[in-house]
Amino acid sequence: MIMPLIKGLQITISHMFKKPVTLQYPTERPDVKPGFRGLHALNVSHDKAKCVACYLCPTVCPAKCITVEAGEDQNHDKYAAKYEIDMLRCIFCGYCVEACPVDAIRMTEQFELANYSRADFTYTKDRLLEKK
Amino acid sequence: MDTLILGLPVAYYIAMVAKVLVAFVFVLLTVAYATYAERKIIGHMQVRLGPMRTGWHGLLQPIADGVKLFFKEEIIPSQASKFAFLIAPLVALIPAFISFAVIPFGDSITIGGYTVPLQIAAYYDQAGKQVFDINVGVLYILAMASLGVYGIVLAGWASNSKYSLLGGLRSAAQMISYELAAGLAIISVFMLSESLSLHKIVADQAGGAWYAFKQPLAFVIFFICSLAEINRTPFDLPEAETELVSGFCTEYSSMKYAMFFMAEYANMITVCAVTTTLFLGGWHGPAFLPGWFWFIAKVYFLIFLCMWIRATYPRYRYDQLMRLGWKVFLPLTLVNVMATGLWVMFISK
Repeated sequence: MIMPLIKGLQITISHMFKKPVTLQYPTERPDVKPGFRGLHALNVSHDKAKCVACYLCPTVCPAKCITVEAGEDQNHDKYAAKYEIDMLRCIFCGYCVEACPVDAIRMTEQFELANYSRADFTYTKDRLLEKK
Repeated sequence: MDTLILGLPVAYYIAMVAKVLVAFVFVLLTVAYATYAERKIIGHMQVRLGPMRTGWHGLLQPIADGVKLFFKEEIIPSQASKFAFLIAPLVALIPAFISFAVIPFGDSITIGGYTVPLQIAAYYDQAGKQVFDINVGVLYILAMASLGVYGIVLAGWASNSKYSLLGGLRSAAQMISYELAAGLAIISVFMLSESLSLHKIVADQAGGAWYAFKQPLAFVIFFICSLAEINRTPFDLPEAETELVSGFCTEYSSMKYAMFFMAEYANMITVCAVTTTLFLGGWHGPAFLPGWFWFIAKVYFLIFLCMWIRATYPRYRYDQLMRLGWKVFLPLTLVNVMATGLWVMFISK
């Protein structure tokens, strides 16, 4: 009974001399691993969003957080007149990215998504296009 | 010839006030930085850093914590017994501080021809002869230590909350179970030194081995019992934040809450100081450094030990705690007292 107690003390004291694994967050940035699913971004091709408003992403989205409304441009091509993601509902599953047939949406490495108002959590098309 | 007030020279009163102030500031500073040290030490033991933001390596954290606690909202539950609720933190805090009156911090220092003993409740005359020394120091400490629990029980009862009441009652039960064993562990020290005066007990350890080596069982049991008596982890059942939502201090906020914490840390310092005095030779150490240095170094080592234990062991379950107190420590200390008695009677004489 005594030996395990002493062994426990030994283990904790040995940890004192190990290098801490702590990351000093705001000053030191975490090294985001490949495949990390952060905030969404809309990909751009020829100065406009690649999205063709096929509705696959809102259909596949389990959290029902994507709203797409289709529009028609001068060349009678379909495009997303409205593309909104409600970040308060999003579960970052990445199904939207998987489902997209034209590679129009991807997930960035951005993980700092705190905001002060509910409205700020709705990411409109403009805001999603701005993301790198 | 000195002016006498109540039969004692003025210098005595000046020395007394100075000693009280020094001891008070020492305890306050140690309390403040023990909270910091605890977070740092446990942090490193868990391979993280602990406070780093306020000041260099978080050194100003205790001050920041103090300022924060002062400005926090003070809440008194509407159905609480107000007077008892307000007085409870004080009742917990004061006994923790006044125990220091009898602890010898060192031998004595000479200032302006007066020999001043480094123990608050002691006085030497101009010839350096001891005029008085509280000769039941250990009993005084035991008495004060057992007063602290009133604060906790009072807080638990006055809060008018079931969690608090349970925490307070647990504390009372825990106190009784462990005070007996702690008291019995000290008895073997009395038997060896044949005195209750802390001064004499320290003096007895000067030449020979410390009582920690002569009475290893009593030393270990006393230290563990003291941890249980001051509700330190792994015996922090009165708080038990996982099952009792902080127990007796659930309803406390702001400075009143901080006072319970101060009491806990002050108690830890007291316990470490008493253990040092009784078992680790008090202020004695190699002569190249002053006595008070050795005393403080030993106390700080024991405080480190408390934190180390906290970082290592999980909390005891209540029945385990009771079993340990009544069925393990109490019989062991009784056997130890008997063995010491036989040794004193037949071998050492």
